[in-house]
Amino acid sequence: MAELLFWPALLLYGEAAVGYLGDARRPGAAGRAATWGVRLGWLAQTALLGVQVARDDGFPWGTWAGSLNLFVWLVVSAYLIWGCRRSYRLLGLAVMPLASVLLLVARAGGGTGVGGASRYSSLFLVLHVGLVLAAFAGFTLAAALSGLFLWQERRLKRRAVTILRRPVPALATLDALALRTVAWSLPALTVGLAVGLVRLVVDGDQVDALVLATLVTWLVWASYLWLRWVVGWTGRRAAYIALAGFALVIVVRLALPATHFA
Amino acid sequence: MRLVLVGTSHHRAPVELRERVALEREEAQALAARLAEGDREAVCLSTCNRTELYLAAEDGERAEQDAVAVLAELEPEVEPALYRLRDQAAALHLFRVAAGLDSLVPGEGEILGQVRVAHELGTTGPLLDRVFRQALHTGRKVRAQTAIGESPASVSSAAAALAEQVFGDLAGRSILLVGAGKVSEQAARNLLSRGARVSFVANRTLDRAEELASRLGAVALPLDRIEDELAHADVVVASTSAAGFVLDAPAVARTLGGRRSRRLLLIDLAVPRDLDPAIHDLDGCYLYDIDDLQAIVAETLSGRRQEAERAESLVASEADKFHEWHAALDVVPAIASLRARAEEIREAELRKAEGLLGRLDESQRRAVESIPAQIVNKLLHLPTVRMKEAAAAADGVLYAEAVRHLFGLGEEER
Repeated sequence: MAELLFWPALLLYGEAAVGYLGDARRPGAAGRAATWGVRLGWLAQTALLGVQVARDDGFPWGTWAGSLNLFVWLVVSAYLIWGCRRSYRLLGLAVMPLASVLLLVARAGGGTGVGGASRYSSLFLVLHVGLVLAAFAGFTLAAALSGLFLWQERRLKRRAVTILRRPVPALATLDALALRTVAWSLPALTVGLAVGLVRLVVDGDQVDALVLATLVTWLVWASYLWLRWVVGWTGRRAAYIALAGFALVIVVRLALPATHFA
Repeated sequence: MRLVLVGTSHHRAPVELRERVALEREEAQALAARLAEGDREAVCLSTCNRTELYLAAEDGERAEQDAVAVLAELEPEVEPALYRLRDQAAALHLFRVAAGLDSLVPGEGEILGQVRVAHELGTTGPLLDRVFRQALHTGRKVRAQTAIGESPASVSSAAAALAEQVFGDLAGRSILLVGAGKVSEQAARNLLSRGARVSFVANRTLDRAEELASRLGAVALPLDRIEDELAHADVVVASTSAAGFVLDAPAVARTLGGRRSRRLLLIDLAVPRDLDPAIHDLDGCYLYDIDDLQAIVAETLSGRRQEAERAESLVASEADKFHEWHAALDVVPAIASLRARAEEIREAELRKAEGLLGRLDESQRRAVESIPAQIVNKLLHLPTVRMKEAAAAADGVLYAEAVRHLFGLGEEER
């Protein structure tokens, strides 16, 4: 059953990635097809996660690959909030290829199958893994919004004659959305981290490199909010911080199998 | 019923001729009413680029002559510049007009509203009502399914679109106008129409600044006070006749501290330029001069022309649908007569069998009565479809005559 749901999800995400590429070259039908690919692929992946939850002994994201599967779902879910709007299609070009590749990696690591058993309690997984992954998904989207901001800002600075040809959200909108996304994601990361640290203390385990890297990530995103709300930074400088924060998110995700799940 | 179009437009007539046949709304309404004698229908579409008369009449030849005569009455010299179209060609033309494909600037949106008003003021009946409704539907469809109307077609609308690209919603955004001439005013009005507000008008002559400021609900300033108010502005539109820069980069840089990273869009419509090009290098400042805007407009117009190709196919498919509907009108009376005759026979046969049916209970009676109705429907379905198809292929009248002859329709009245 999981197999039957994985392939449609992957194919539809792949179709969306190709569709958004086509839409970037010539806006229109390819973009609409891509949006439907995201919607249907998301439904297929939601069903896949549902089957995993129903048939596994505990939540399926107790492994790094399982958590990657959930992470992809969260990123696509967050993208879907805006992604159906025409002016946000270009954002799909950043999100959907990444989602397709990560879903494939999750499968290679065994994160899309069923029948696994987790050594963690469901409540801990929801609070720690669920919240941290939700925050990372939010940061990924904020970074994509910031990337789009920098691309569009650069076009405005270069006075590109095609500046009005392609529907892209306004600079102010991209800036505000990135801020709002981070403002929702950071509390999730804070709670998720706190739960993990409490467990660490209770179990008498030691702080590993991943925990430190995650704390640095938290610090960067907290600085982002402080610089924006208190110092008044906007635009390019804020976008660069968001990209730096996202780079740390990638490091943490890549380090996951080598540390936490080693 | 024939659909007739007689008119002239920017393709055939220069402005000095078009303006002599251009009509105000009330005049267009009166003209349509005058042409709609008897069972005729008439609509007059008059804009700065075209004056067109649409008529629906049994006698298409006479309707066309009357329309030509009416336009020649307004201006005798217009006759050689008139085009005359009938039926599907006339409908296709109207659909293209509503979609903005026949406009001077392809895809311009104003024409759709003008077609709607002409329809409302016209003396319409089944044919013109249908063709105008379908034209409005086509216009909306083209705008929804293509990007033909999305990009700006003038320098001032490009400036406003750029402002939206930077700020998104312009509601409440503050504009500082530098210069009180027509160019500044036009650009300001475009921004105002999108929700922005003009806060200040600065000009070398304060009287002129005050005059424009009072019209726009703004505050007038002398040129030397621009820097003081720059910190509050989101958009600066400059168009003065000054020989040098009215605003230089160091002056703008000094105000950036008080702006808390707020973006500033500067539009320089003056030649020679009013704004120092170095302003564009400052963080959060975007400066566009007249050449930049003209290059953007030229590019968007070429984009509109590409979209126009897609729009043409949508319009053609709508024109085909209209043609099918219009052609079916020729066979509709024959179909209606045929069905009425079948119904008469069915009812007569049921009356004959009344004695037998009377012995049945209500549900049995309904079941038996429904059988001939089903037979009639099944029997007439294919001929009805075939007649409509034949009508679309121009054989409709022949088929209708054949059906009338074969079934003796209308003979009892003779």
